[in-house]
Amino acid sequence: MENQNNKGWLYLLPALLFLGAFMIYPLIDVFIYSFEEGYNSASQTFYGMGGYNYSYVLHDAYFLQALKNTFILVIITVPLSTGLALLISVALSSIKPLQELFQTVFFLPYVTNTLAVGLVFMILFKKTPYSDGLVNLLIRCFGGGSVDFIEGPYWAKMFVLCFYTVWVVMPFKILILTSALAGVNPVYYNAARVDGTGRTRMFFKITLPMISPMLFYLIITGFIGAFKAYSDAVALFGTNLNAAGMNTIVGYVYDMLYRDSGGYPSYASAAAIILFTIVLTITCINLLVSRKHVHYH
Amino acid sequence: MKIVLSHLTKKFPGRGRGNKKKEDVTAVNDFTFEIPDGTLVGLLGPSGCGKSTTLNLICGLQKPTEGQIFFDGEDVTSLTPQKRGVGMVFQNYALYPHLNVEQNIRFPLENLKGNDKLSKDEMRARVEEAAGLVQIGDLLDRKPAELSGGQQQRVSIARALVKLPRVLLLDEPLSNLDARLRLQTREEIRRIQKKTAITTIFVTHDQDEAMSISDLIVVMKDGLVQQIGKPQEVYDNPANLFVAKFLGTPPINLFEGKVENGCLLIGEETVLTLKNVPDRPVHVGIRPEGFILSENGSFTCRLSRPEVMGRDVSIVSIHPASQNPVIRSIVDAESCENLSGDSVRFALKPRKVFLFDQATGQRIPFETA
Repeated sequence: MENQNNKGWLYLLPALLFLGAFMIYPLIDVFIYSFEEGYNSASQTFYGMGGYNYSYVLHDAYFLQALKNTFILVIITVPLSTGLALLISVALSSIKPLQELFQTVFFLPYVTNTLAVGLVFMILFKKTPYSDGLVNLLIRCFGGGSVDFIEGPYWAKMFVLCFYTVWVVMPFKILILTSALAGVNPVYYNAARVDGTGRTRMFFKITLPMISPMLFYLIITGFIGAFKAYSDAVALFGTNLNAAGMNTIVGYVYDMLYRDSGGYPSYASAAAIILFTIVLTITCINLLVSRKHVHYH
Repeated sequence: MKIVLSHLTKKFPGRGRGNKKKEDVTAVNDFTFEIPDGTLVGLLGPSGCGKSTTLNLICGLQKPTEGQIFFDGEDVTSLTPQKRGVGMVFQNYALYPHLNVEQNIRFPLENLKGNDKLSKDEMRARVEEAAGLVQIGDLLDRKPAELSGGQQQRVSIARALVKLPRVLLLDEPLSNLDARLRLQTREEIRRIQKKTAITTIFVTHDQDEAMSISDLIVVMKDGLVQQIGKPQEVYDNPANLFVAKFLGTPPINLFEGKVENGCLLIGEETVLTLKNVPDRPVHVGIRPEGFILSENGSFTCRLSRPEVMGRDVSIVSIHPASQNPVIRSIVDAESCENLSGDSVRFALKPRKVFLFDQATGQRIPFETA
């Protein structure tokens, strides 16, 4: 038995080494960095250990802005994209003709280059000397005033960012949910029909519990993905996100490390650890909630 | 409740490579039958014979291409399943895995609307009554995954019965159970049916199952009804070769034979003398229990071996005119004590011998002289 155990560990060794070197060691390192006060990247020295980095980050207006932006993004896009994806998947699986065509159409954003997507959004939203963008044209058709979505008011920029995020993450969710829906044995629906179950009740009492593991997976990864948002904001508002007021936590970490004000790995680490704590807390809450509502068979 | 099926036909659109003309596939062909109130009817046939489709038509999950269905004189052909008041037990039980037994059984009751709506207490009473009927009252808190196959089957029956249906339909109710449980459960189905007196229709491909508990059996093949009757009648009086072959274990023994001058010949031997049958080649079917061991019997076979089954002995023998590789005859254990040598001689019980037309397979009636 002992021998068997050793053998097992031996098989796991390559993976463990890899994880240790590239996941666990950096994590611990970041944790240590975040407590090193007054770190100088040129001389690689620091004054002492303490919580000052956290205090600095938590009082930094840019960080607080990034925190606010990230939370708004998460709270709006995760429920919205998951809900919309669920609606579209249910609609997709209840139609017979052209189903495959629509599936392809809805999946296209997933395989489209981010820069191409950015360009499309530019055409839709950006004001240039020659045009106001397609959306503004539409708004004016209905009698509204034109809005600068890229360099204008905060809510307009946040709207574009949320819209973009939802649009980018939805295809994957639709793909997962349509296959989850297709995996529900039709005999359950037949049984429910014989018992006179209405459509709404069928959806909430049969379909939803049956696909709940997949839905839960999408919600958890959706939360984590939205908390890590950065590249979407860059694609829309350029690299100077602080100036645009559209920075995210990951963007803040990146700026602290590399951008012109960069060279502050301690502040970056502290911000990263704060993000880590937030994501961990949210995931734990998710797991607790899921115990009651997710049904694995 | 009396159920009348009138010229029921169901066609499915043709598909597939072998079917270039896209001809429709007829799953059920002109099925007319009147099911008396309170009977247990077994729909029997090989897979693909249309028995499950018939059940789905009665249930309302599928719409017939032609024909009508009447429940107690009321035309229900175009009604949805819930308006017909049918309870259905599916082959794999279709219990909702995320609900416990009680919630599963209560599910149909929660769908009731308007005047039929039940209070919590009424629902609880109905659920307990149904659970008690199938003897699962102590399992109400379990999830389906924590139940054995037999228990799941009972839950599924309770769920079908809880809304007090006018008809109970069972699709292959025993096929997912092991042999012992199957015997037990079929008795159970019979008991529940007798107690509730609900008109019940069940589908099976297993003739033992159908014969043992049904009041009436319907034998189907390729969408066509072959014969309807009480199990014993159908066994004793098969309408055609298919029915004779399909019913009975061990299966019926078939021989090439011919009628000549009022004599039934198998090989060179005259095994029976007949009245009023013109000369013609025939298929001869002899039930295993139709053989009597007899020193001066008229039918000689080459003996392979006796198979002892306890109460009876099954004698396995060979005959050149037989269509099966071996002939199985069942005789009393005492009568074959002095079985020896290469050959064995039988006399035949005329009631266990059937003649069939070689072209159509239809039964040819005869009387012995």
